[in-house]
Amino acid sequence: MTIEQDEIEKIAALARIRIDAGQIGEVTRRIDAILAMVEQLQAADTSGVEPMANPLDATQALRPDEVTEGNQRDAFQAIAPAVEDGLYLVPRVID
Amino acid sequence: MAYETVIGLEVHLQLATRSKIFSGSATTFGAAPNTQASAVDLAMPGMLPVLNEQAVRYAVMFGLGIGAQIGKRSVFDRKNYFYPDLPKGYQISQFDHPIVGRGSFEITLADGSTRDIGITRAHLEEDAGKSLHEDYHGQSGIDLNRAGTPLLEIVSEPDIRSAEEAVAYLKALHSLVTYLGISDGNMAEGSMRCDINISLRPAGSDTLGTRAEIKNVNSFRFVEKAILHEFERQSDILEDGGAVVQETRLYDAERDETRPMRSKEVANDYRYFPEPDLLPVVIDDAYIQALADALPELPVQKRHRFMQQYGLGGYDASVLSDSRALADYYEAVVERCGDAKIAANWVQVELLGQLNRSELDIADSPVAAGDLGGLIARILDNSISGKIAKQVFEAMWQGEGSADDIIEARGLKQVSDSGALASMVDEVIANNAAQVQQYLEADEGKRKKLLGFFVGQVMKLSKGQANPQMVNELLAQKLV
Repeated sequence: MTIEQDEIEKIAALARIRIDAGQIGEVTRRIDAILAMVEQLQAADTSGVEPMANPLDATQALRPDEVTEGNQRDAFQAIAPAVEDGLYLVPRVID
Repeated sequence: MAYETVIGLEVHLQLATRSKIFSGSATTFGAAPNTQASAVDLAMPGMLPVLNEQAVRYAVMFGLGIGAQIGKRSVFDRKNYFYPDLPKGYQISQFDHPIVGRGSFEITLADGSTRDIGITRAHLEEDAGKSLHEDYHGQSGIDLNRAGTPLLEIVSEPDIRSAEEAVAYLKALHSLVTYLGISDGNMAEGSMRCDINISLRPAGSDTLGTRAEIKNVNSFRFVEKAILHEFERQSDILEDGGAVVQETRLYDAERDETRPMRSKEVANDYRYFPEPDLLPVVIDDAYIQALADALPELPVQKRHRFMQQYGLGGYDASVLSDSRALADYYEAVVERCGDAKIAANWVQVELLGQLNRSELDIADSPVAAGDLGGLIARILDNSISGKIAKQVFEAMWQGEGSADDIIEARGLKQVSDSGALASMVDEVIANNAAQVQQYLEADEGKRKKLLGFFVGQVMKLSKGQANPQMVNELLAQKLV
């Protein structure tokens, strides 16, 4: 076992994924199997290989600094569950 | 025990682009809520970021301004956390390949001394939206206009040792970025926001103590107060034999204290990974060189030039080179009047004093640089005394015209006619027999002091218009 159940619980909490108590053992076992495979990959010699940030052999195209988007608030807010004074309303977040 | 404060600052600088870093929405401040939030900023499914060239250019200009290594191949990463004003669930930022690497720049303290502060790195990222917690029926309101605004996060080395140095650093940074024109530097509108990392250690020690991080301090004054407060708090803990807890705190300006943020607000596990929607940004040497060639004279260079060319002290030079507008104004005054030191004095004391009292910016000064230079020229050619000049300056400030107009209209021209002055001197000597006697009996040291009395009397008689140097000479001749 390379990953413990409490780590799975922590990652799930950070990712806002709820895992039922009855399933947590099975999820842990399966992720552990994936990690075992990653471990096999890590056996490959990568010295001298530059870390890859993106699989495409290309670099970022840049766009000119121009305003191209107008105000479409009404269209976007038509599909929002709750809006007021132009704001999107969400469950209260306490500061 | 004496403690040394160790401070590192993280500044979030809003870059002065017209559109956002990854979308074509406007970045104008103060627009109605959500009218500048496009599908990309709202994280609608399938939307992809496209990087703004101007944000890259500004970041590189900053790097050149602090003599830093420019990341020729920089990579964007996702910083993951959940908050309603971050609709994607991650912020696009940079982690281990930032666009600006290590650099440093010079700050000037009030005594004119300078220090170099190291910059660890500066990276590009997007801003989040704004949450409004006033009562929307128990809910929070979200405005995503700010979401996607380009930020440059500038991280300093823990090189700062006091609140004064922290403020000097921020002022120098503000000066640099406004010279470069990469940010408006408007702190009231959140263009420069600061996180403070602060720890204490026994004076003379080389190891770092446990630090606290104070989030989101938004004015020079609050930075100073937050540091002073945090120094007291941490030194009390250490004096009592306790240990400082590593945590994130908020500065509460109203109560002038820092307090811990609730732990659930502190997501310190951001699970960074490379942003798959953006490719590495590659910058070539020609691009960097073209920007380097186009850089303006920067504040530190200007300060050094002012010291050399005009013979100013370090502090005066730093005040006068603080903004491009002020520096240009000062140089125009010098050009008109020809005396750099008197010009420095007038600009700093009279002009900046009036501007501060009137809460005006140098650009809005009612007295133009050429006119102030004209006034100083009249002091230099002995047309008026420094004291009268202050009256004339007041009148210029009120819009009564040029120095020459006012001197003429009010009949303020200094009396340098030796005949007229001699008769005033005679009158004063005749009217103050007792003091004359005292003067004649006094020794050399005391005489100097007593002479001042007679000069004052003559000045009073002339309504301040007598040439003080000539009065001094005449009195010395006659009082024998």
